[in-house]
Amino acid sequence: MKKTGAQIVWECLVREGVDTVFGYPGGAILPIYDAMTEYPIHHVLVRHEQGAAHAADGYARASGRIGVALGTSGPGATNLVTGIATAMLDSIPVVFITGQVPSKVLGTDAFQEADIVGITMPITKHNVLVTQIEDLAPALVEAFQIARSGRPGPVLVDVCKDVQQATTELRWPETVESTRRRSLPQLKRSDLRKAADLIAGARRPLILAGHGVIESGATQVLQAFAEKTGTPVALTLLGLGGFPRSHPLCLGMMGMHGEAYVNTAIQEADLLLAFGMRFDDRVTGNLKNYAPGSKKIHVEIDVSEIGKNVPVDLGLAGDLKQVLEALLPSVEARANEPWMARIEEGRNDTRSRDIVHRESGDALYAAHVIHDIWRATKGGAVVVSDVGQHQMFEAQYFPHEAPRTLLTSGGLGTMGFALPAAIGAKLARPEAEVWVVAGDGGFQMTQCELATLMQEKLDIKIAIIDNGYLGMVRQWQEFFYNRRYAATPLLSPDFVKLAAAYGLPAHRVDARADVIPTVERVRSQPGPALLHFVVQAEEAVYPMVPAGADLQSMIRRPHETPPEKTDASGAAGATEVAA
Amino acid sequence: MKHTLIASVQDQPGVLVRVMGMFRRRAFNVESLTVGHSETAGVSRMTFVVDTSRISSRIVEANLRKLVPVLDVHDVTHVPTVSRELALIRVKCAEGERSQVNDLISIFRARIVDVSTDTVIVEITGDPEKVDGLVELLRPRGIVEMVRTGKVAMTRGASARRALAHEHEADADPLELAS
Repeated sequence: MKKTGAQIVWECLVREGVDTVFGYPGGAILPIYDAMTEYPIHHVLVRHEQGAAHAADGYARASGRIGVALGTSGPGATNLVTGIATAMLDSIPVVFITGQVPSKVLGTDAFQEADIVGITMPITKHNVLVTQIEDLAPALVEAFQIARSGRPGPVLVDVCKDVQQATTELRWPETVESTRRRSLPQLKRSDLRKAADLIAGARRPLILAGHGVIESGATQVLQAFAEKTGTPVALTLLGLGGFPRSHPLCLGMMGMHGEAYVNTAIQEADLLLAFGMRFDDRVTGNLKNYAPGSKKIHVEIDVSEIGKNVPVDLGLAGDLKQVLEALLPSVEARANEPWMARIEEGRNDTRSRDIVHRESGDALYAAHVIHDIWRATKGGAVVVSDVGQHQMFEAQYFPHEAPRTLLTSGGLGTMGFALPAAIGAKLARPEAEVWVVAGDGGFQMTQCELATLMQEKLDIKIAIIDNGYLGMVRQWQEFFYNRRYAATPLLSPDFVKLAAAYGLPAHRVDARADVIPTVERVRSQPGPALLHFVVQAEEAVYPMVPAGADLQSMIRRPHETPPEKTDASGAAGATEVAA
Repeated sequence: MKHTLIASVQDQPGVLVRVMGMFRRRAFNVESLTVGHSETAGVSRMTFVVDTSRISSRIVEANLRKLVPVLDVHDVTHVPTVSRELALIRVKCAEGERSQVNDLISIFRARIVDVSTDTVIVEITGDPEKVDGLVELLRPRGIVEMVRTGKVAMTRGASARRALAHEHEADADPLELAS
């Protein structure tokens, strides 16, 4: 049967099982929008295309399915760019479909023409411009296959307006050559034996578990492997949830804001088992002195990551779940008691400095707020965090037990990610309790999506952690730039009134005693709510490995009494900024 | 060290930009690149000479393989290959010096392909080291203009694919995995 290009787009989405898309219409994508109403797919109208990109990304992160975002040509497409790069750096499968000017005027600087394929080439796993209707169905089918295969990632299909309007006989391609070709090299028995030998010979082994654990669904086999081999597990930011935080072998997050005992364990280990992670600079610190005394085994689906930053003794290219399943029978059961005892010593020292045990007095600390949200939600929520100090406090003080319960922009560190990503997450998993945890800075980058949230009638709870500063940048200025707070004091609107303008119930909280009762109150009421937490202005995230320093050179959290309460509410901040 | 990689790529718009964009983005240093048709319609062949002092050729190869239009990549650095480069060199040459220049370049099996009153164009084909050698010899005479194609390479023996496939077999002991 003959179909228009616009219909083929929707036919393809239906065939791929897509139930929700996020987008914003415009001239060059109007034929696709016109055909939309014929298909059983829910379209979410965002307020800015960046929101569509993050929402599709959040949908994918929350569900493991492929997210889809639509935008028009020119500014519509360029507004997607930050979201595309965010998905690329974190290996999130998202298909972006953009309208493009008619093929006849391509290259003439036509109205709303931008070379989005050229612009997004370095930030997509693949992208393609479709100028002929015959190429459309194969391009879309291939886009979905590429997005999900191997190391997932974003794919962009740019469709000329005349292609959307043309008609053709719809035929689905039988196989897609490019993804078949990209099958992984087969595991070798000799490599598995070598891995088992290295593991058997280690006395201080440590697993570094990353996002790959979650993407490959390796959570259970990882736990079986860690338990059988008595190996403690440190997690990357994106790996949080891949191994239960309450498990005795779980050490928590590693790297720049990882706890001291975790980074010390990495430096003292004699075998690092890197599972589905990529030795990012935020994880390794100075590469020259990174885990110098250890052998390293790297299990990674993307061959180009093996040996990229850290030389390894053995690289196993493959899907983590499959590799661990193959490796599990050949490793010895053991417990590394002296090693675990040593790690526990460090863990106890960290506990004594833990901000959770610090008296709050009159002051409200960001870490306390986030920890209390965890307590009130009994850890059951899906948290979508933004980028900055609150993101690190969340990683430290909101223990995650299950995969896909923390969604955050790790690689690109995109402020403004949380609210739109939470919209995607809630639509992907309507049954989940979804919380946005954002700073006053990041929230204002995409706060227009509050309207999207209301239009979609989504039950999302929003916690704004407001310290009146761009907190993480301020922290760097405090530590490394002589406390010259250039451009970090931040005037914010009255978030409670802002919420009211959008029609959300909202509460301002500035005392520790009110945190849990307020969280419990909004939880008991269905529908969205915004909580404005006014916290200590100059709190820092500890510990901290300065960028480029050795992993053990941490700035530790001081044993100190809390500072005097300073009011960092919007109003006080306003005076400060105005002065 | 320098590594020579051969890639088969789909002959489609933008493939060169995609490949070179990856090299630029990853800060891989390419010494030379040639592109042209291969024996198969729709498939182009690229030959790269890559500086591997800062990055291993294995990682360059792996990054090339990640690009969708790249069909196949082989590092032929340690495989017997025939490699050739073509150069055209316009060199100063007064009328009376032509036979002298001709004698000199004939040692390199190069030839004069164009003559003007005070210059000649020399054409040379050979491995890049041989071309370097001739360039150095001609330089004192005054090279007015030069163009070099960059290296192309082909493995020796019956079939490149067979020779390279054989290499992979040597340590292969694949494990069947349920997918």
